[in-house]
Amino acid sequence: MSKKNLIVIGNGMVGHHFLEKLVDTPAVTDFNITVFGEEKLLAYDRVHLSEYFSGSTHSDLAMGTAEWYAEHQIDLHLDEGVTDIDRERQVVKTPRGEYPYDELVLATGSYPFVPPIKGNDNPHCLVYRTLEDLDDIRASAKGVKTGVVVGGGLLGLEAANALKSLGLEAHVVEFAPRLMPVQLDRDGGALLKHKIEEIGVQVHTEKATTEIVDGDSARLRMNFSDESHLETDLIVFSAGIRPQDTLARSCGLDIGERGGIIINDQCTTSDPHIHAIGECALWSEKIFGLVAPGYTMARTMASVLNGDQEAAFTGADMSTKLKLLGVDVGSIGDAHGQTPGAKSIRFNDEQAGHYRRMVISEDGKKLLGAILVGDNGPYDTLLQYALNEIDLPESPETLILPESEGGAPALGPDALPETASICSCHNVTKGDICGAIDAGCADLGAVKSETKASTGCGGCAALLKTVVDSELEKRGVEVSKDICEHFPYSRQELFHLVKVSGIRTFQTLIRDHGKGHGCDICKPAVASILATCWNEHVLATDHVPLQDTNDTFMANMQKNGTYSIVPRVPGGEITPDKLIVLGQVAKEYNLYTKITGGQRIDLFGATLSELPEIWEKLIAAGFETGHAYGKALRTVKSCVGSTWCRYGVQDSVGMAIHLEDRYKGLRAPHKIKFAVSGCTRECAEAQSKDIGVIATENGWNLYVCGNGGMRPRHGDLFATDLSDEELVSTIDRVLMFYVRTADRLQRTSVWMENLEGGLDYLKQVVLEDSLGIGAELEEHMESLVGTYQCEWKTAVEDPEKRKRFREFVNAPEKKDPVQQWTMERDQKRPVLESEVEPA
Amino acid sequence: MRERASWDVVCTVDDLIAESGVAVWTEDGPVAVFYLPHRLPALFAISHTDPFTGKNVLARGITGDLKGQPVVASPLYKQHFNLETGQCLEDETVQVKTYPVLLDGQNIRIEVPASVSRTAAA
Repeated sequence: MSKKNLIVIGNGMVGHHFLEKLVDTPAVTDFNITVFGEEKLLAYDRVHLSEYFSGSTHSDLAMGTAEWYAEHQIDLHLDEGVTDIDRERQVVKTPRGEYPYDELVLATGSYPFVPPIKGNDNPHCLVYRTLEDLDDIRASAKGVKTGVVVGGGLLGLEAANALKSLGLEAHVVEFAPRLMPVQLDRDGGALLKHKIEEIGVQVHTEKATTEIVDGDSARLRMNFSDESHLETDLIVFSAGIRPQDTLARSCGLDIGERGGIIINDQCTTSDPHIHAIGECALWSEKIFGLVAPGYTMARTMASVLNGDQEAAFTGADMSTKLKLLGVDVGSIGDAHGQTPGAKSIRFNDEQAGHYRRMVISEDGKKLLGAILVGDNGPYDTLLQYALNEIDLPESPETLILPESEGGAPALGPDALPETASICSCHNVTKGDICGAIDAGCADLGAVKSETKASTGCGGCAALLKTVVDSELEKRGVEVSKDICEHFPYSRQELFHLVKVSGIRTFQTLIRDHGKGHGCDICKPAVASILATCWNEHVLATDHVPLQDTNDTFMANMQKNGTYSIVPRVPGGEITPDKLIVLGQVAKEYNLYTKITGGQRIDLFGATLSELPEIWEKLIAAGFETGHAYGKALRTVKSCVGSTWCRYGVQDSVGMAIHLEDRYKGLRAPHKIKFAVSGCTRECAEAQSKDIGVIATENGWNLYVCGNGGMRPRHGDLFATDLSDEELVSTIDRVLMFYVRTADRLQRTSVWMENLEGGLDYLKQVVLEDSLGIGAELEEHMESLVGTYQCEWKTAVEDPEKRKRFREFVNAPEKKDPVQQWTMERDQKRPVLESEVEPA
Repeated sequence: MRERASWDVVCTVDDLIAESGVAVWTEDGPVAVFYLPHRLPALFAISHTDPFTGKNVLARGITGDLKGQPVVASPLYKQHFNLETGQCLEDETVQVKTYPVLLDGQNIRIEVPASVSRTAAA
């Protein structure tokens, strides 16, 4: 059977999601797939558009890659808009040609509505929709002071956030009497307005703009119907969306009265071979302006094309939870209580700035909707009650009252039915999670990678964890956090014991809190905790036997039992004289030399007894230990920065050296890597590091918890435009919180993914000081910085410590006979096992 | 008749490191001597050679106990060896050589098998 032609018009989030779902079905082999996109760029994440201004690039926001399209043999035509559909001949036309189709999917999305106001064609009147729009806004904002967003809805506030991150004084002008009129009621809107004004965005409600004219003190002046006016340098319209249905109209498909391509439950239009999904589609007289319903349509569409007779789009939940300009806002179901007989319970704490409203059914048994402003804490629980129509508890008000007043009973995972949706981004139900566990997923990470749950927006992370833990427990899987057989504690708990009881040695700790004599798991972990708490020398008598061999001998053991040496080269900056010393030492001891990935030089093949001699020479030349052997700060990689580079905007080398000097020697649950880039070109690859710093024109953007290696992970943007001091204190807090709470051998990336509440929680702790420990974390770091010593310097000066480096204590001159060498590319290397001649 | 073994002095008490090991050279090759002061006896001697790699590194491993047995973990690939029997805990077919060891005044002596001692002497 020959393949059918499937054409998709539109390469936005929904169009892309549809393709992702389709390639997972067997039907994908039935089609030759062609995609047309009007924009020059691949589909990207519009939900996080405002991050584009705070340092994200198109590739951060991109949904797929050109390789992905190629790999699935999808013919992608970007920057090629479709001009006409000929339904008679079943072809689409573009400026470059005609393409036949058997099935056609319209995912053309929407366009921003610009109200018909006189003067709205001024070049500084803009919209907020695409990355190109954002580039225009950036250009218009250059060198000016003020910006206005017209529209106080969800996207409008996002746009205001964008203006603010460009350094503009931002205003929001809304026609309705309150912000977010669709999602919020009067009190909720008022609180949101108050909170947003607190952070410096001016809100003007009940303002109808009559005309836009030239301004006196700024470029433009907006005149309002109440005779007042506002001067501004640019205006961004974000007054809602309209379905992009031009193509559908011109080829005669059925269109709704106020726009939108009419579709049935199978997402099919009035032409059986043409379908529509996302914001261009009108289902049951509704346009869905959120991404989740669009994704649901995309999944339905993929199933329909796969021949699934049952597949149907049956509407979508429009509940939303988000953080707008730092303020939590949540809206669930029938938020306005429009269901006949609906009643409300309200909680309004003007002191704390929390507003919560529940809308309950006439009989008081079901939750119909809810509004939250200021704190989304109860959102997940409320959403489950509403979506799954779970019976409310006897005193439903406890669900929104603060915990101190009787305790909000969190909805236990057992109360959720199998059909409960846990992750709405990827449509994962509790049943799917149970299925994954039954199929062998034994921990949270495995469930995540099997079901994709919590890998979209991440909002369900905490809920997912409780469901997984509870299900594992039910199956008798003990979720043991014990570090090993000697201590019934996790690393975090051991840290507390050591810190709180002031314990300074392993022997005291195991005597008081453990059993037996320890092992190679708990000893190095405790050594690291002791080092973080008290910062004593790793070779102090009590600590020597705790260390892994690399820490004991302060060098990295290689496969033949010899060691490699990595002196610190802060920021990767090194003088010619120091380079010469490294060369001389390597030559004298016949060491193999290689440049590391962290901008240092690794010297291989030193024997145990040579280590102190080599270090004596390196120290004399001004080198310090590089801690390449430790679970500690490794390097701070940097690009050359504004000192030399034509594009650099800050001194990245200077900052890298400053950071490396500050955190060198810090013992942690695992190794830590940093990088500092001098501009957004990101030559230092900072986003793949535990701590990544990227220069901006105004300071530094901080990324955290990235990783290279086995499980690459892009760092998350944590804070923007920090001053030097802010950068250091923020890193102090993040690192110290990591060191205190992470598990043994847990990199920052895994640590963050396992934190309940994830990135948002970490931001609260570090940036908002929600636990009230910010100052203590900084003090602790400061004390470690103050007690730093070069471990090698201390060791070579102490004859007792040097004794440890004798290869054979009774035969100083004896060379280890099993170390055999050969030459390769002009350097020595160990003889491989396969090269040893049989005796 | 069993030939008399030699008890070589391999080091002194000052060379030992509590809860850890040192390597000594004997007529039978490299030997690791461990000193675990909380145990009785407190001295253990096993081959310094890691049987999985053939490299001389065992004295540099971390000591401890697993299920009550005194052990050292190889610093290369972390297999555990019972310090009393030389048995590898992860692989029952692997065992390292053990040596009787005793404290004689300030000296640590190791009993080197007679056959080795004689060959070396010849």
